[in-house]
Amino acid sequence: MRPEDRIVITGIGLTAPNGNTLAEFRKNLLEGKSGVTHFETRFMGEVLAGVCNFDELKYQKKKSLRRGTRAGSIAIYCSQEAVADSGMAFDSVNKARVGVYLGTTEHGNVETENEVHAISKYDYDTKYWSHHHNPRTVANNPAGEVTLNMGITGPHYAIGAACAAGNLGIIQGMQMLRLGEVDLALAGGVSESIRTFGIFASFKSEGALAHHEDPTKASRPFDKNRNGIVCSEGGCVYTLERLPDAEARGAKIYGEIVGHASNSDAFDYILPEPGRQAECMRLALDRAGLKPEDIDILNTHATATQLGDIQECKAVREVFGMDGRTRINNTKSYMGHTMGAAGALELTGNLPAFEDGYAHPTINLDEIDPECRLNNLVANTPEKLDAVNIIMNNSFGMFGINSVLIVRKYQK
Amino acid sequence: MTREQVRQAILNIISDIAPDEDLASIKDEEKLRDQFDLDSMDFLDIVMELRKRFNLEVPEKDYQELVSMASSVEYLFPRLKDNELVS
Repeated sequence: MRPEDRIVITGIGLTAPNGNTLAEFRKNLLEGKSGVTHFETRFMGEVLAGVCNFDELKYQKKKSLRRGTRAGSIAIYCSQEAVADSGMAFDSVNKARVGVYLGTTEHGNVETENEVHAISKYDYDTKYWSHHHNPRTVANNPAGEVTLNMGITGPHYAIGAACAAGNLGIIQGMQMLRLGEVDLALAGGVSESIRTFGIFASFKSEGALAHHEDPTKASRPFDKNRNGIVCSEGGCVYTLERLPDAEARGAKIYGEIVGHASNSDAFDYILPEPGRQAECMRLALDRAGLKPEDIDILNTHATATQLGDIQECKAVREVFGMDGRTRINNTKSYMGHTMGAAGALELTGNLPAFEDGYAHPTINLDEIDPECRLNNLVANTPEKLDAVNIIMNNSFGMFGINSVLIVRKYQK
Repeated sequence: MTREQVRQAILNIISDIAPDEDLASIKDEEKLRDQFDLDSMDFLDIVMELRKRFNLEVPEKDYQELVSMASSVEYLFPRLKDNELVS
């Protein structure tokens, strides 16, 4: 591989229901602190959700908050934090050579629901429909808001890939760097999903919306008594650079993306297919030149639905067996399902393991579902490992879109 | 509504759509766009808020009447003077 094809993570910006910086997020993952809480939503009353509480005015004026969207604000916050974290002199960066690639599960539902609600106050007279609706609902809105906020004149667009979108945003950024389309990629995923009642109502109609008297225990992947998804908002954006560029400026390097894969189940609208998921993991391993036993930590996608967890566990057992060394964990147990942000956030929560050597656990695992048995599933308390050098992240979505990323600790 | 109430109603609308601006320094005779960070979408917001708050339609050919505070009051006062102050 040419040195310039080696793509590294040099900055991280995030907002999760349990943390607004990587340090805070990681601390809460190691301390088992959930970010799920009660949340009021239109028509449904109180539901459970992962809610972010970052400072929206840190990088935006009130007017741009009013004009834009929640996803746009999340994207701006994460992008600005990533650039600040990267230590690069952004003022002197050629903005025409910066690309913004953000994964979204969905976009526009929130803004459309709000407008329908607004005109309901005027007997549904559409002359009261906002002229802001179109710019708020185009799929590239979150990435576009980043370019306006940061003066970026390179390409920006959304990667729509259901709940695999966070990983695919990162993959897109990596590929554009390798193609020479840009010199800096702001890549990751965002979600404003909890601002629409529809996502809660739809999961409830599917029988897949989590409920529990204690919100912090509602998201319980692999547990026998799991009862569905906790919907959450969030965002995570990386600065991705070519290794020679990062080394030349003496950048801090969180890790190198050494493997990636994406495929489709061609099976069902919502039910995942373990055979294709396993193929996706194997393809990522092959591309990285790795074997399953080389992976130190596998972060699963599992969302705590009855069938989804079982399907992923079948795929993981097929690839990793039941006697390997890989530690397996899950991040949705803390923060629910951050949709378009999930892949990026969940991978990120594990990256500090390269330094601290801990596999964070999956929490809320009181009684394992026999169909979810996995070897070396790290449950409820962190596990200190001898060394962590390679992390794999699964992220899957509706219509059977699968994505896998493998990140290796930086080595020259 | 009195002229002063019409002026205050316009100020209220602008403060909602341009919340970062200090409107205390407004010069009524100068163009709003020269004093504040307002673009065409913001002027559409002013039109929308007049519709919502006062059930008043400003036809597109009259948008230029909203260029300054003074011209806005001049244009809107005859159309709002019989309105009860609702906002």
